[in-house]
Amino acid sequence: MDHQPQLETMAVNPARVGNSKAIRMKSFYKKLAKNKAAMVGAFIVIVFSLLAIFAPLLAPYDPTEMQLSKKLETPSSEHWLGTDDKGRDILSRLLYGSRISLTVGILSTLLGALTGIILGVVAGYYGRWVDSLIMRICDVLLAFPGILLALAIVSVLGASTTNVIIAVAFYAIPTFARIVRGSTLTVKKLEYIDAIKAMGARDTRIIIKHILPNVLSPIIVQSTLYIASAIITASALSFLGMGTKPPTPEWGTMLAQGRSYVAQAPHITLFPGLVILLVVVGFNLFGDGLRDALDPKTKK
Amino acid sequence: MSDQALLEVKELKQYFPIKGGVFGRTVNHVKAVDDVSFTVNEGETVSIVGESGCGKSTTGRAILRLDNPYSGNIYFQGEDLVSLSKSQMRKKRKDLQIIFQDPYASLNPRQTVSQILEEAMEIQKVIPKKDRRKKITELLETVGIGAHQIDRYPHEFSGGQRQRIGIARALSVDPKLIVCDEAVSALDVSIQAQVLNLLKDLQRKFKLTYLFISHDLGVVRHISDRIIVMYLGKIVEVADKKSLFNQPRHPYTQALLSAIPSTNITERRERIILTGDVPSPIDPPAGCRFHTRCPLAFDRCAKEEPKLMSVSGSGYQQVACHLTEESKA
Repeated sequence: MDHQPQLETMAVNPARVGNSKAIRMKSFYKKLAKNKAAMVGAFIVIVFSLLAIFAPLLAPYDPTEMQLSKKLETPSSEHWLGTDDKGRDILSRLLYGSRISLTVGILSTLLGALTGIILGVVAGYYGRWVDSLIMRICDVLLAFPGILLALAIVSVLGASTTNVIIAVAFYAIPTFARIVRGSTLTVKKLEYIDAIKAMGARDTRIIIKHILPNVLSPIIVQSTLYIASAIITASALSFLGMGTKPPTPEWGTMLAQGRSYVAQAPHITLFPGLVILLVVVGFNLFGDGLRDALDPKTKK
Repeated sequence: MSDQALLEVKELKQYFPIKGGVFGRTVNHVKAVDDVSFTVNEGETVSIVGESGCGKSTTGRAILRLDNPYSGNIYFQGEDLVSLSKSQMRKKRKDLQIIFQDPYASLNPRQTVSQILEEAMEIQKVIPKKDRRKKITELLETVGIGAHQIDRYPHEFSGGQRQRIGIARALSVDPKLIVCDEAVSALDVSIQAQVLNLLKDLQRKFKLTYLFISHDLGVVRHISDRIIVMYLGKIVEVADKKSLFNQPRHPYTQALLSAIPSTNITERRERIILTGDVPSPIDPPAGCRFHTRCPLAFDRCAKEEPKLMSVSGSGYQQVACHLTEESKA
């Protein structure tokens, strides 16, 4: 090697050492920002998160205060989204409800996904009896209908919002474990895993730095989808009296309670339904965009 | 080239179990590599050739313990790799590296080139952190990749460039032996030549020893000092390049060589066309494994397994064939 390139590399490098990570982060944000659908999704998610955080400041009425004289009122300037069958302000109830629904949806998905990912990657990577054991347990869990399993867990642990989170998270485990195991099986056979093994890497490094990043895309999409279904499952549990107790506002409970008045006062079910739909769509759009932005192969 | 053995493979067997029945019992084995012994001297390039499924890649992987061998010993600088614990082997891996066939699958798509090389250095702790970046640029330049491409992802490179990155990764830990597992087979011919020449240059520069696994005799002829010919998990012939190409002794080697396309139209060579298929490695034929397809087979071939024996000639040559043994006697 002659002198010229040596000097050049010396000149180029120090400036780039610290920058390369920043450059990569920047290109990630740029890609995400260019994706319009993802931005809409992010906007919805952020708006709902803010609404949930500032609910006490924003809500015009006490969400549990009943004004029986004003029951089943249609939207008006006084009650923007109308009142329900007990005369409670629907807008206030929705705002407060977003706190419970979002917390349950996000926390249970995080908890379930994390456990599922660990189990799935361990099963896929180590194979043999570890794999058989974990997957058979997942099969057993998957054999129960989701709501039945959640019901059983909540009835054992007792009805409370925390236990609903645990129950919903529990049901997420086998789904995530299966997805991650499948992707792990594919990825671990690729030559770059052999290459890093031949380099002398430990199993933990291989799993964390080489397998996990490459099985991430389906997990992200599944997580955003699962947040949506977690919100619905939590609502269903509340409806059955096994979750959040009735006076506390919760989207699913509201939806269920308005059921008997669909013909006379459709707005009672319409608004909670719309809100759930909007949040679900928001998370899905954002998740899709996130996956694309995380993949270095998509165009900048 | 010194005559000191860097790598010595002794009676290596690689059997893969076939599971069957209700309880997943092992019902049989695929005998991918069956009793293979050879040595690789320091600074030498030894090639293993043979058709698909003859066990050449399996041998390479077993040497690196990417798949643990079924039985046998692998001595590297006198130390038996098979007896090493997992953590001892991890340290040893610094000296034994591999270049893979498919440059599209052998680089993690989520790491930039510099991350790939840096991680290798980090694992084996070969270079202090502050000097790594400089070393990476140097290495990449050695294999012909510019400093401005250091932060790119693998998909931004062509196949040949990626293979160079794979080579740089293998070199980054300063190894003694590199197993090139079909290292140029996935590249087109003009790039093949470039990469082969690069490998040769690097060998001189870093005093490397290569175990070159290939099915392409043209490539093998270009790069090797000695050549091992394998058929169905066994070595049928080992010879230095000159002896093998000038005077192949084993009928299988002869058939292989006759299949090399020639650019000389005046030279009319007789092609040896083998009949039938390669028998299954699950249940290989008794006696000489090649006897079912050998044009020169006789009674003894089906009964007795031929041993690898030296043949007197101008160079180094060993053949496992009853025919040469009998003609010698």
